[in-house]
Amino acid sequence: MKYQSQKIAYYFFAVSMLLLCLQILYGFIMAFAHVGYDVLHAVIPFNVARATHLNLLVVWLLSGFMGAAHFIIPDEIGQELYSPRLAVVQLVSLVLVGVIAIIGFHFQWWEGRKFLEIPRPLDYLVVVNVLMFIANIGMTLWRSTRRTTTSIVLFMGLLSAALLYLPGMIDTTNQTMDSYWRWWVVHLWVEGVWELIMGAILAYLLIKLTGVDREMIEKWLYLIVGLTFLSGILGTGHHYYYIGTPSYWLWIGGIFSALEPLAFFGMAVYAVAMVRRGGRRHPNSLALSWTVGCAIMSFVGAGVLGFAHTLPQVNLYTHGTLVTAMHGHLAFWGAYAMLVLGMISYALPLLTGRKLYNTGAAAFAFWTSNIGMVSMTAAFAVAGVTQVYLERRVGMDFLAVQEELAVHFWGVVLAAALFTVGILAFVYTFVKSGWPVGEVNASVPPEYA
Amino acid sequence: MLSKSAARAFFLIGTIGFSVIFLLLTLDTIRRVPEQTNAANLTPQAIAGKHLWDKSNCMGCHTILGEGAYYAPELTKVYERRGPAFIKAMLRDPEAMYPGQRRMVKYDFTDEEMEAMVAFLKWIGEMDLNGFPPEPTLLPVAVPTPAVGADVVAAVERPKVFNQLCIACHSLGGQGGIVGPALDDVGNRLSYDDLVPWLTDPQQIKPGTAMPKLPLSSADVVELASFLSQMKQQPSSTGEGSN
Repeated sequence: MKYQSQKIAYYFFAVSMLLLCLQILYGFIMAFAHVGYDVLHAVIPFNVARATHLNLLVVWLLSGFMGAAHFIIPDEIGQELYSPRLAVVQLVSLVLVGVIAIIGFHFQWWEGRKFLEIPRPLDYLVVVNVLMFIANIGMTLWRSTRRTTTSIVLFMGLLSAALLYLPGMIDTTNQTMDSYWRWWVVHLWVEGVWELIMGAILAYLLIKLTGVDREMIEKWLYLIVGLTFLSGILGTGHHYYYIGTPSYWLWIGGIFSALEPLAFFGMAVYAVAMVRRGGRRHPNSLALSWTVGCAIMSFVGAGVLGFAHTLPQVNLYTHGTLVTAMHGHLAFWGAYAMLVLGMISYALPLLTGRKLYNTGAAAFAFWTSNIGMVSMTAAFAVAGVTQVYLERRVGMDFLAVQEELAVHFWGVVLAAALFTVGILAFVYTFVKSGWPVGEVNASVPPEYA
Repeated sequence: MLSKSAARAFFLIGTIGFSVIFLLLTLDTIRRVPEQTNAANLTPQAIAGKHLWDKSNCMGCHTILGEGAYYAPELTKVYERRGPAFIKAMLRDPEAMYPGQRRMVKYDFTDEEMEAMVAFLKWIGEMDLNGFPPEPTLLPVAVPTPAVGADVVAAVERPKVFNQLCIACHSLGGQGGIVGPALDDVGNRLSYDDLVPWLTDPQQIKPGTAMPKLPLSSADVVELASFLSQMKQQPSSTGEGSN
């Protein structure tokens, strides 16, 4: 690690770890409700657990991205962060807004719009908070003379993500337009600008871990994010098939979202190719596992499983069923959760100075959480396909179908338990690594930090 | 092989080009949505319902227009499927309507709020959704047409209120809910004279029964009792079509 201010990343990562654990807890509340044990109904009814589960996901990923940015940007451009103090203020206010929002959900203080449940007054605070973050990273870049492609793509991704939060605040009384703008945020985040962030972080990690020439990696980065937007922007149309929007979205959304797996495929091929090409064997092999794993699992979860129900003639039957939950879990895990965990795996030994990267617990965390998440996805898949068949094709009553699905939700619970054990092992390694007291040494050549 | 600057040009041109197309399509969509969603019928009452919908986070369990959570039924066509009386009874006391089943939060809505919610759901149900939700096309194959009329000639046609209320919990000819018993042979067990007081107030006849007191007019009760009392099956065919 070359710069003192990179250490701020540690605290963002710590917040991510804590929120991830909470997110899993609320997931269990929902899974148990699905099998009939809604024992917390009076205190935490399903819609509260659901809003909390989704928003914790968004906040821990964003906190992870912010941590990654604080670690990567100084290193990439060869300068301290513009204002470490502003970064601390920003993190504290992010946590405050997050905590208030989560507590508010438990008292029905929310907007009731999937993924964007945070109530309007807090939305403004989120905007202020993100502005602080963007200003800090932006000023750091501005003052630098060495702006790398990776740092610029990362910054553009973060800036666009911040700007795309705004359409979610457009007021409309028409449910269709409400959904229309909501997907501008949610879709253009996860299948658009977040992929810029993902591409940049993967590029950074690959440069560090494989030793492949920066020019080569950054050229691919442009091609892949180019493919992402080529398919992803008009691919938003796959949310506009059946919500009261014009029927031309059926074919526009169909064609372009069918191309979306290409970007993820490119990302997977690129990661694997760079690792094979790279001559260096970085001692932190687990960070490399997470990095390559992220590229591959995002292709499976976001690319393949997304494609599985993106065509309009399929989506007509799967829209609004557990098939969406199947795709959602592996897509978020592969593309973004693994990315943040990979970044943490790489940065933590440098931040804390304790090189725990090849311990049994760390390897156990990687394999167990992945096997757990793949199993959970499989359980959701069986439940989803069964639901589509019985409810949408045969026309069985909703509750009768849910009774048939209960057994698959036991599968979800078991898989989630395995996943949780893996995540706890990851958190154990995180805690065991101790505080960010790692050695700061500016003389280390950037590529060997 | 492609140079880095060519790769950057590909990224910039592609992104800007498709963003512009997306913005133009958005403008066109904004122009067309009012007609496709019958925005003219979006009354202040329906808008109040929409706010109530959001405030209560109904999407946290249900889906509407196929969006939301998968814990509770799709509600896009609920107005047509269940009718206003059922919706209001459900909102008033969900647990009474589905005793011992998956639970819904009991909201203390005023009558005015319930009317608003019904108006909102009615408006939602009338928009043009490009064919969503689809008809269950395998229905005729998987379940032979109801046994009604196989054993008896139906003198009274299946009332609309039966299709909206009773079917939510009971089945007939293999179609309907599983909360209450199947009704294929209810006429064997109960006569018209048994059914009228039962439908009027089940708790009066059998205290503690899971059957709720439904929002039925006396005309509904007469019609339902006439219909149900003719649902008879010969002993040989009992069990067939009821599950």
